[in-house]
Amino acid sequence: MRNIPSRQFVSAGIALILLIVFPLVVTNTFYQHVMIIFFMFAVMGVAWNIMGGYAGMFSFGQVAFFGIGAYTSSFLLIAYHVNPWIGLVIGGLVAGLVAIAIGYPCSNLRGHYFAIASIAFGEIVKTLFNNWKLVGAAEGLSLPMLDSGFKNFMFHASKIPYYYTILAFLLISLIVCYLVSTSKMGYYFRAIKEGHDVAKVLGINVVRYRLFAIVISAFLTAMAGTFYAQYVLYIDPESVMLLPISVQIVLISMLGGAGSVMGPVIGAAILIPISEGTRVWLGHKGTGIDMLIYGFLITLISVYQPKGVWGLFSNLGRGTR
Amino acid sequence: MPDQLMQQIVNGLLIGFMYSLIAIGLTLIWGVMNIVNFAHGDFLMVGMFTSFWLYTLYGLDPLFSIPICTALLFVMGILIYRFIVSKVMSGPMLAQLVVTFGVSIFISNLAVYFWTPDFRQITNPLLSGTWEVAGILLSIPKFVASIGSVITSLAVFLFLKKTRTGKAVLATEMDREAALLMGINTDRINSLSFGIGAALVGIAGAFLSTYYYIYPQVGGTFGLIAFSIVALGGFGSIEGAFIAGILVGLVQTLGGYFFDPSYKYAIVFMIYLITVWIRPQGLLGW
Repeated sequence: MRNIPSRQFVSAGIALILLIVFPLVVTNTFYQHVMIIFFMFAVMGVAWNIMGGYAGMFSFGQVAFFGIGAYTSSFLLIAYHVNPWIGLVIGGLVAGLVAIAIGYPCSNLRGHYFAIASIAFGEIVKTLFNNWKLVGAAEGLSLPMLDSGFKNFMFHASKIPYYYTILAFLLISLIVCYLVSTSKMGYYFRAIKEGHDVAKVLGINVVRYRLFAIVISAFLTAMAGTFYAQYVLYIDPESVMLLPISVQIVLISMLGGAGSVMGPVIGAAILIPISEGTRVWLGHKGTGIDMLIYGFLITLISVYQPKGVWGLFSNLGRGTR
Repeated sequence: MPDQLMQQIVNGLLIGFMYSLIAIGLTLIWGVMNIVNFAHGDFLMVGMFTSFWLYTLYGLDPLFSIPICTALLFVMGILIYRFIVSKVMSGPMLAQLVVTFGVSIFISNLAVYFWTPDFRQITNPLLSGTWEVAGILLSIPKFVASIGSVITSLAVFLFLKKTRTGKAVLATEMDREAALLMGINTDRINSLSFGIGAALVGIAGAFLSTYYYIYPQVGGTFGLIAFSIVALGGFGSIEGAFIAGILVGLVQTLGGYFFDPSYKYAIVFMIYLITVWIRPQGLLGW
């Protein structure tokens, strides 16, 4: 049993090397794009997992944090020429503050009630941004073209620097998630998930730890938001605050296996190529067939693989029991 | 000015009655099964399109297609329960939450696939035009739809309180296990409730089709608003949903009137957040 973690680390190391080499071997920009979107959703899946998978708060409003991150850094860049990297940190902090503001009143909500509250929250934020003239209202924000380079978080010639940047973000989120899950906080989260009242009786400050989970999750999701803004250089409420993005994030975590560090990465690896692929190959006609397949897939996964595929993977790793 | 305000109140009431009818179906499903049906708004869309096509292809007025819409949605609800929802009832809660999202995306895009995302409208239905009562304009289709909503809600209420099957539904809602021990086939009750919940939005869809735009994504907003109403009315409470529907219709319209119409849905969602914050069991729940 001792060598199991080390074996996992070895396979994770091999996977990481393959991912680092990937864009050097595969020069097709569409495949690179799919990988970038995969990493981006994996970051958000990992972030969701911290509050959903560990602390049991099923948020369907993550897109609000994503949008807040994207909008904060973009607005600061346009209006005050703030460097996007600083914007990224400020965006994360703003998302964290908003998370506290919304998380505190919701701190006693569980299950369905929390899920719907998070949808309501996402829709309110979207409505505000759709009408907020300062940040372009429904027209959104176009980012100015800066010199290409790491310092400006903008790369015009190639997608590869974006690829490595978001891969690094994913590693950071995974490390954060791993540290949280193995820390005392992680055990508190699981205790809260298993039994809200029991955790309270055991002396866990439920409200505080739920807020911790939401804030960490919001910060990481906002980071992905800033990345997205820097990557496509144009944001509007319809592209960064849409409910289906939140659902996608939940689905990724569920498919991969909520409550395991690597689960969302596996989920994103399966789902993003399918959704990006069907969108590009079938979605251009506007017939809705790509979304049709997507909806069918969600239903299928919920019915047949509701505990996620991570369970299958880790069982294989352990061999027969 | 007071006339304008009165007009807004009347408009709010008219949309509110429609909300009530939609929310009653949702609260019934939620109360009995503890399942959040995110596809509820899409059931409404199916009802609207059914009425639209019956009118366009066969000239059947929406008023007469109500029974067809009701029956179709009832069957659809039962099938979706049997083949999809019942399979996740014993699964993890996350799957229960996500599954109806899948159904919602599937149904709305099936409509896009067959009928394109275009907006459609029923031209010249039997119910059209407006009455002017004491300086206030009263849209006839909306007025008749409101009466329909009251009658339907009353019928559901009486069914639940007076019939044996209805009482079995209520018993299941109160305590599933006790109901099972009393010899109630709770699985059949689930199936029936899902069917009735869907049938109710079938009726709402037929009425709405006489005056509202019909398009595949029409259900989204209605579905989300229905959640706020269900929360306000107390989860699972039919009377609560009815009253809360009217309240939300009023608040939405008056909010739009006094502030800015573009914020009217945000106001509705704020109602949800405030309700569950102050009283997680719903304002009118126990």
